[in-house]
Amino acid sequence: MELALAPETVARWQFGITTVYHFLFVPLTISLAALTAGLQTAWVRTEKEKYLRATKFWGKLFLINIAMGVVTGIVQEFQFGMNWSDYSRFVGDVFGAPLAFESLIAFFFESTFIGLWIFGWDKLPKKIHLACIWMVSIGTLLSAYFILAANSWMQHPVGYRINEEKGRAELTDFWRVLTQNTALNQVFHSFSAAFLTGGAFMVGIAAFHLMRKKHIPVMRTSLRLGLVTMAVGGILTAISGDTLGKVMYEQQPMKMAAAEALWDGEKPAPFSVFAYGDVDKGHNTVALEIPGLLSFLAHSDFDSYVPGINDTNKAEQEKYGPGDYKPIVPVAYWGFRWMIGFGMASFSLGLLGLWLTRKRFLLPAAQRTGEDEVPHLVLLKKPLGSRLTRLYWLLAVWTMAFPLIANSWGWIFTEMGRQPWVVYGVMQTRDAVSPSVSQGEMITSLVVLTTIYAILAVVEVKLLAKYIKAGPPELTEADLNPPTKIGGDLRDADKPMAFSY
Amino acid sequence: MELHDLWFVLIAVLWTGYFFLEGFDFGIGVLTKLLARNRTEKRVLINTIGPVWDGNEVWLLSAGASTFAAFPEWYATLFSGFYLPLLLILVCLIVRGVAFEYRAKRPEEQWQRNWEHAIFWTSLVPAFLWGVAFGNITRGVKIDRNMEYVGSFWDLLNPYAVLGGLVTLTLFTFHGAVFAALKTLGDIRERARKLALVLGLVTAVLALIFLLWTQADNGNGKSLVALVVAVVALVAAIGANQAGREGWAFALSGLTIIAAVAMLFLTLFPNVMPSSLNDEWSLTVTNASSSPYTLKIMTWCAVIATPVVMLYQGWTYWVFRKRIGTQHLAEAAH
Repeated sequence: MELALAPETVARWQFGITTVYHFLFVPLTISLAALTAGLQTAWVRTEKEKYLRATKFWGKLFLINIAMGVVTGIVQEFQFGMNWSDYSRFVGDVFGAPLAFESLIAFFFESTFIGLWIFGWDKLPKKIHLACIWMVSIGTLLSAYFILAANSWMQHPVGYRINEEKGRAELTDFWRVLTQNTALNQVFHSFSAAFLTGGAFMVGIAAFHLMRKKHIPVMRTSLRLGLVTMAVGGILTAISGDTLGKVMYEQQPMKMAAAEALWDGEKPAPFSVFAYGDVDKGHNTVALEIPGLLSFLAHSDFDSYVPGINDTNKAEQEKYGPGDYKPIVPVAYWGFRWMIGFGMASFSLGLLGLWLTRKRFLLPAAQRTGEDEVPHLVLLKKPLGSRLTRLYWLLAVWTMAFPLIANSWGWIFTEMGRQPWVVYGVMQTRDAVSPSVSQGEMITSLVVLTTIYAILAVVEVKLLAKYIKAGPPELTEADLNPPTKIGGDLRDADKPMAFSY
Repeated sequence: MELHDLWFVLIAVLWTGYFFLEGFDFGIGVLTKLLARNRTEKRVLINTIGPVWDGNEVWLLSAGASTFAAFPEWYATLFSGFYLPLLLILVCLIVRGVAFEYRAKRPEEQWQRNWEHAIFWTSLVPAFLWGVAFGNITRGVKIDRNMEYVGSFWDLLNPYAVLGGLVTLTLFTFHGAVFAALKTLGDIRERARKLALVLGLVTAVLALIFLLWTQADNGNGKSLVALVVAVVALVAAIGANQAGREGWAFALSGLTIIAAVAMLFLTLFPNVMPSSLNDEWSLTVTNASSSPYTLKIMTWCAVIATPVVMLYQGWTYWVFRKRIGTQHLAEAAH
């Protein structure tokens, strides 16, 4: 009981819960900002009303979502100081800089231009208003970039030295922190996963409406955009996942050995499809494997040696002194699998959808549909029957959740797989926690934040559901006649605002 | 001036920016109960800050993150030491942000009323607690030789700090009332001016006591100048408000905040968090700061980014320069 509630444990639970929760909103924010911006660009260029209706619809869902992303981000900015003060003291010189860059460059951008975009429909000329949502999108990307660079430094510290006298890590090369291969690969992987997430969100909601034959022109366009985003995002996620994995085999062999439950090094090493093992004794009792595949994943060579958990543990003991350097193997093993499984399932459904709803390519002329018709799902030459069609739409709706699950497990895997280190090879998690904060305070904080987050989750999901069901709004006179002057046209001083709280 | 001194100034600038900007939008939040006579007027008030409150709040995140990068020890001691008040502030800011965005997203009256209560309380509580926090920072708290806060939660609620909290609460509410007079139309504008007078006088009394107390305890020549500027600006703000010069009144209430925050930082320097147990254990700009290399990089970033931020945030205020009255609110909420 006492051990379970050690301050380190409580602080870790809080960090895990608040961060995974925050990251439910982050990828959706990143991708929906860009997708909404794309739709609005289409409106400005073509003046087709379906694009404006789509912009308003997805923009609304984007705003409901970003509100949660923003407020849960505030906690992230301060909990290092609150719960992890020894970590902050030790690494602040290095780790603080990307966070400060993020707030000074990206947060201001995002938060200021989002206000302009929300309230600016009748205050800004069309093109300037469009530029605002692109600014928001750039802000979200920059923000994620700086944070991922900071996290990459925890995964693979570079560009620093240890100042023995002051007892801390000090930055020596900021450019390296921002551009090391861990950071670039993590950014690539997280961005592409974010677009897979946003694509799936769009496809799921479009499928929901198309299944009911509602709002067809807008949802047809959205379905197409979502499916393409899913396919491109999915393939890039797979590619970047593979390169990131190879980087991790070099930098954190323990994490990757744990991901495979590979207890002892093998040459060639197999890929584990299923394993059930005895963690204390350090071996698997049941294992289903594909020979040589792991060697290939690690080194692009079916015959190379991959070190196991026990070997790596021994090597780290020699390097860092006595201790256990294993993460919780089942969490790493299953986290890795849930990440890939849910991510790729959603990618496959996207690819399948792209094929089924193709417009012309290898599609008999009779099966082509018009702008205001629900697309037929055509496998070869004939459309799927009504049952299969319904099944695909239902699956597409369910797929909305898949990338969210994959993202969460991805982070749980990469963070828990690094344990017992908070900064790999430099600082252990147990040394990072705040010594001056009492157990009672930490538990209070954990309970309070978790409760509020749970309540807000219910509120948010219900609100999303309401606006999803309502569908795209009808356009008003004001929507179709945007102002020509900054600050709004002066024609009618008492005209109601286009948007108000 | 060495880089860590420059960063002391920049951190002060970020906090000042935060209190200047979020100061009036906390004030607006409090005024939804003090000034608005009905729910439409509440909406008028909320919409005066609608497009800008989120950008204003980023000044806090920047102050926090910059403290982390430039003075890691300060960041660590402050936020682990003031744990529970900070948690309360975070909870308020979470609920407050969601309240603004979600309030009008459903038509049910109960839903909207709940979020309106939330806006009031989550504006009032941080407006008070930030003053308590800064009162404690300037006064000094129990910090041991390892830079760890060893006092209790109740130590933070000493009379001086609580007075500091009342000063920020009333000053921000005054600043908000002046802002409301500047940004609204019709009946509510007149009442905002009348209420601003009362709030201004209460603020003047509380602020004068608090600033003189600060000057007596830790003051120096420079802080005395800031004190005088703060008090004169506050009196002038009240006068401008009475004269119906709303733009001037707002600029002067803003100047009051700037001078008051400047005064606190001037009494602090070269400490960043003094220890009340032993002067040697105080956190200072030298023993709490980052390495020169980090400070140099951060300086480049801040020197380029901050003016740009001010430009585009300033532009936002210009875009939304029109006053808002009840006639500008569409019947059906979006």
